[in-house]
Amino acid sequence: MTGNSAETAETRAGLLMAAPAVAGLLAFVLVPFGLAFGLALTDLRLGSPLPTRFVGVDPFVRVLTDPVFLRALLNNAVFAAVVVPVQTGLALLVALALDRPLYAMPVLRTLFFLPVVLPFVVVAVVWELIFAPGPAGPANALLGLVTLGGWAPVDWLHDTRYALGAMAVLSVWQGVGLQMVILLAGLQAIPRALYEAARIDGAGPFSTFLHVTLPGLRNVLVFVVTVTTILAFRLFDQVRILTQGGPEDATTTALYEAVAAAFDRQQVAVGSAMTVVWFVLVLAVTAVVRRMARGRA
Amino acid sequence: MNGGSGRVRVALYTTLVAACALVYLGPALFMAAGALKDDARVLAEAAGWAAVWPAHSTLSNFADVFARVPFGRYLANSLWIHLWIVTGGLVVNALAGYAFARLRFPGRHLLFAVVMGLLVVPFEAIAVPLYFQMTRLGLRDTYVVQIVPFVAQAFSVYLFYSFFLAFPRELEEAARVDGAGVWRTFLRVVVPNALTPFATVAVVTLILQWGSFLWPLMVTVGPGVRPLPVGLADFHTLPPLRWGDIFAYCLMTAAPVLAVVLVLQRWFVKGVLEGGVKG
Repeated sequence: MTGNSAETAETRAGLLMAAPAVAGLLAFVLVPFGLAFGLALTDLRLGSPLPTRFVGVDPFVRVLTDPVFLRALLNNAVFAAVVVPVQTGLALLVALALDRPLYAMPVLRTLFFLPVVLPFVVVAVVWELIFAPGPAGPANALLGLVTLGGWAPVDWLHDTRYALGAMAVLSVWQGVGLQMVILLAGLQAIPRALYEAARIDGAGPFSTFLHVTLPGLRNVLVFVVTVTTILAFRLFDQVRILTQGGPEDATTTALYEAVAAAFDRQQVAVGSAMTVVWFVLVLAVTAVVRRMARGRA
Repeated sequence: MNGGSGRVRVALYTTLVAACALVYLGPALFMAAGALKDDARVLAEAAGWAAVWPAHSTLSNFADVFARVPFGRYLANSLWIHLWIVTGGLVVNALAGYAFARLRFPGRHLLFAVVMGLLVVPFEAIAVPLYFQMTRLGLRDTYVVQIVPFVAQAFSVYLFYSFFLAFPRELEEAARVDGAGVWRTFLRVVVPNALTPFATVAVVTLILQWGSFLWPLMVTVGPGVRPLPVGLADFHTLPPLRWGDIFAYCLMTAAPVLAVVLVLQRWFVKGVLEGGVKG
């Protein structure tokens, strides 16, 4: 009897405790997520006097034949192809540098980590001035200095050749600390005895890195590469603030176009279709990246 | 002798790494120094060492920010919104994490699987339909629309869940034997011993949410309920262009999260790593 009532109490408490979070996640994640697929099959426009109709895959056809959106997907791919290896490589470099005898390691780690917590808007605005055109712009001035005046100043954010690269630079700067912290923890989890054994076997630093460090870091590296890929495909804030997709669509992204459609032009259906395409693409790319990363190591 | 030279070598190496860290932080120092400079100097000194050193510092930029835009309002909005996101999130997600980790109730496996599945849905994938939903409900330009959708977080549920799984059962069983019910056991025995997940989730939530831009950009109209980042996006295009003022705004926007991270950084690192272990 008492066992039974205790069980009922536990059931009731469990349901009550789980309910708020589950309800919130269903209402604000699952339902809109499903709605994205549904809305993408209509001609819905906010503020339109015409009734909304079901139009089938029409919005998807429109989106996938829209040269600007295709350019946005290409930009996403190029951006990710540059940012993922560069950011992971730099993060690994910093993590290796910090995984050696060092005073005040946590302080130094925090310094490299700091930009991660800066709001994207702040980072974008600061780099806007760094990328200022003309010889007085800090980026141009620095390059002029290291090339002994050989660098011809460029207008980073308004030149089709440099704008996406400039986005990549500031994004890597902001994000590298996150990957570094994860990789550093992975490095510290590698048993020191393995390094000792490699040293006794007469392995040099490069060979040790190749045969002890990399295999020990394998799972962490797969995770880091996956996360970095997803984050790279989320590129939006910097674009919205710095270039609005320009010049000549050189920096536009899938999410930027989705928001521009749904929010700036009130075309909710088109925006939803872009979002769905983007999400499927991210899933596919993530799966491929994971497979590649797993296979290689 | 060997120890002595080893210590010197470590000190030299530490200095080298610290120097690299400072170079890396150049852009952030540029911002902080610029915030303290007379506006004309920010640009004039941008291309040299003086860029990161405020030789003639002034606080007038900060006063300018408050005079030119309702910065106090933006700050109050941000603090209010994130106060509720963080505290609401702690309550709601801790309860769910505990229920999934410890209690037996019908449907718990299915519900937990759904929650974990939602981990892979990035907010950007639902922003457009959510915007449509909220506009339909007439919730644009409110605090509610900036708070309620972000309270329940699958990642937070997961962090609490994994902590409570590892929580020593004996403590709870002792309380149960003493006649305490499920709620009482949770509130009196589990919560007081769960500083780690609460601090971790609070710090991670604050850092992930504080800089939110996409959503408040879509759902806010005027300065009334607008948070700091959207205010900054407006401010940096507001003529006349004054970089000293803009950097002062940037510094004041970043300061709260920077302070939290400097004081509580180990909790954030913990949170990041918990996520990493799972992946």
